[in-house]
Amino acid sequence: MGRKLTSDTTVNETTQGRSRAWVWTVLAIVAFVLGIFLVQSGWWDSNHSVFAQAVVSGLLIGGVYGLVAMGLSLVFGVLDIINFAHGALMTIGIYASYLLFQEYGVDPYISLLITVPLLFVVGMGIQHFAINPVMTAPVHNQLLLTLGIAIMIENILLVVFTGTPRSIELPYARESFDLGFVTLDFPLKVFGAVVSMPKLIAFVMAIVLALVLYVLIQRTWLGSAIRASAQQPEGAELVGIDINRIYMITFGIGAAAAGAAGTLVMPFLFVSPTAGATFNIIAFVVVVLGGMGSVPGALVGGLIIGLTQEMSQIFVSGSSKFLSVFVVFILVLLFRPQGIFGKAHR
Amino acid sequence: MNRLSTLVKSSSSDLLVLLGVVAILSILPVALNPFLLSVATGVLIFALAAIGWNVLSGFAGQFSFGHAAFFGLGAYTVAILLTKYSVSPWLGLVVGGLVGAAFGLVVGWVSFRFGLKGAYFALATFAVAEMLRITFNNLDYLGAGIGITIPLVYGDDWVRMQFSNTREIHYWLILGLLAVAVVATIAIKRSRIGSYMFAVREDEDAAAALGINPLKTKLVAMSISGFITAVAGGYFTLFFLFIDPDVVFGAVVSVAILLRPIVGGMGTIWGPVIGAAVLSLLGELTRSLVRDPPAFLSFIEGANGLDQVLFGLILVVMIIRAPDGILGWFRRRRKQAQT
Repeated sequence: MGRKLTSDTTVNETTQGRSRAWVWTVLAIVAFVLGIFLVQSGWWDSNHSVFAQAVVSGLLIGGVYGLVAMGLSLVFGVLDIINFAHGALMTIGIYASYLLFQEYGVDPYISLLITVPLLFVVGMGIQHFAINPVMTAPVHNQLLLTLGIAIMIENILLVVFTGTPRSIELPYARESFDLGFVTLDFPLKVFGAVVSMPKLIAFVMAIVLALVLYVLIQRTWLGSAIRASAQQPEGAELVGIDINRIYMITFGIGAAAAGAAGTLVMPFLFVSPTAGATFNIIAFVVVVLGGMGSVPGALVGGLIIGLTQEMSQIFVSGSSKFLSVFVVFILVLLFRPQGIFGKAHR
Repeated sequence: MNRLSTLVKSSSSDLLVLLGVVAILSILPVALNPFLLSVATGVLIFALAAIGWNVLSGFAGQFSFGHAAFFGLGAYTVAILLTKYSVSPWLGLVVGGLVGAAFGLVVGWVSFRFGLKGAYFALATFAVAEMLRITFNNLDYLGAGIGITIPLVYGDDWVRMQFSNTREIHYWLILGLLAVAVVATIAIKRSRIGSYMFAVREDEDAAAALGINPLKTKLVAMSISGFITAVAGGYFTLFFLFIDPDVVFGAVVSVAILLRPIVGGMGTIWGPVIGAAVLSLLGELTRSLVRDPPAFLSFIEGANGLDQVLFGLILVVMIIRAPDGILGWFRRRRKQAQT
C-alpha cells in the first residue's frame, strides 16, 4: 500500500494528463449520446422532475459523504489504517448533538462547537491508547482493532440509549428567510425538486469544512508536518517532527470530521446506535474513489457516489441503491485504484 | 504411497493432536444438554468456515474481508438444490463447495490479474460479498429478502440429512468434516503448493523470482478456501433449516469467519479451531454474565449490548497484547522461557 498525500508536485504529469483527458472525453461522449437518446424517446418530458430530484438529493447527500470520507481518507493516507471505527465515531457525534438538543435545547449547528472538539479529544485518546501500540502491526490487526473499538462504541450507545430509533424536528425547518435579494421559502423548490433545509445546511457546511481542512493540510505548518509524516515517517522524525503527536492529531482531526458529519446529519436521520455504520462503508468507497489522503478527492468522490446512488434508482427500479455504489467501487479498484486525484502507484 | 507415508511421518504430531481432539470432541454430546449441543454444532460450522479462510489469508497471505460470499453461496446452493430439485444434501454440499471454488477462481482471477493486494483486496472482497447480499435480496427465484426455509420431514432421513430427535448426528457429521478439513490443511502445509503459498505470503516478488507463479498459487489458495467455506455454509443450511441473504451474506458473517483464525493464530493449523472454541466460550460467558450477574454486579442484569461491549474490549486488548493470536502468544512465551 502506498503512503502518499497530495502535494503540488506531480509524477508523470504528461501521461497522467493524457489518460485523464481520454477518460473525460469518453464520459462526455457517453453522456451526450445518452442525453440525446433520452430526450428523443420522450423519457425526459415525463421524468425530468424525478431526474432533478435525484440530482439534487444525490449532490446534497454526496456532500455529507464527502465530509465523512475526508476524515477517513486523512487517517488512511497518514496512518495507513483502515479505520472501521469511523462510522461509530460519527454516531457519537450524532448522539452528542441529539442529547444537547433534547436535554438543553442547544441548536444542532451550534452544538458543532461542542461535538467537534469532543470527537477530536476522543480520537486523540483512541490513537494514543489503542492504535499507537499496533502502528507496526500488519494491516489486518489494525483493521480488527478499529473493528473492536467500533463494536464497543456502538454497544455502549445501545446500553445507554437503547436501540429505539429517535428523531428530532428542527423548529425553523419550515420557515422563510429573507436574504434581501431573495426570499428562501423552506422546503425549497429547485427545478421541481424539493430541498429540505437540514440537508441544504449539511451540504453547505460540508463544503465549508472541506475548505477549512484543505487549507489546514496544505497551507499551515501543522499540515506540512502531517504531510511529511505521511510521505516519509523516518525523514519527518529526523527533522524534528514528533511523529506520534502528529499521528494523534491526525486521528483527532479525522474523528472530528466524523463528529461534524454526525452532527450535520442528525436533524434528518433516524438516530440509532448503528446510524453511522452505513456511512462508514460508503466512506470507504469514496476514499478509494477520491484517492487516499486527498481532501478534494474525498469531496468530489462523495458527490459522485451520492449522484450514483440516487440516479441508479431512476434507471433500475426495485434494486437497492447501494448495489450501484459497490459496482462503481469494484470498477475503481480494478481500473484506477489510486483514485481520481491520486497519483499512480503500486 | 511413499509421499503419503512421508506426510504422515513429518506431521505425525499434528495428526496425533487431531486424533486426540476428535476423540475428546466426539464424546462431548454425552455431557452437553441439547441447547449447548446446538451451540457446539454452530461453533464447529464456523470453525470449518474459518479453516477455509485460513488457507487463503493465513497461508497465502491474501486477507479476505468477504468470506461470507462463499459461505452464502454454499448455503444457497444446498438450499436450492434441496427445495427446488430434491437433490440430496450429500451431493448438495459437494456442488456447493464446487460453486464456492469456481466463484473463488473468478473473483481471484479478476482481482489478482488487476494486481489487487493488501487493503485493496480486502475491500474488494468485502464489496463482492455485499453485492451478493444485495443481489440475493432482490431475486425472487431465490426467495428474495424472505429467504428459504427447508421443509421439515418426519423422523430420521439420511437422504435429506434431517434427524429429528438426535442432534448428535449433525454434531458428529460436522466434526467429521472438520477433521477432514484439518487433515487437508496439514497436507497443504506440507505440500509443494503450500510452500509456494507461504513464499507468496512472505514476498511475492521474491517468490516470482524463484520461478513460482504467484497468480496460480493465489488462485489455488482461493479455490480451496472457497470450497471449504462454502461447504461450511451448506452445512449451516442443513443445521439451521433457514437462511436469508442477511444471515449468510452479511458483513457480520465475514467478520465472524475471519476473527476465529486471527484470535487463534493466523496461518497455523490449529488457529481457526482454537479461535472458534475460545471466541464462543467467551461469547457464552459474557452473555450468561449479563443474563445472570453475580450480586455485586446486579445492576448490569439484562443490559442489552453489554456482552458485545465486553467482547469488543477483549478483542481490542487481545490485538494489542497478543497480536499473533493465542498460539503465537504461547510460542513467544516458550521462546522467552528458553532464553
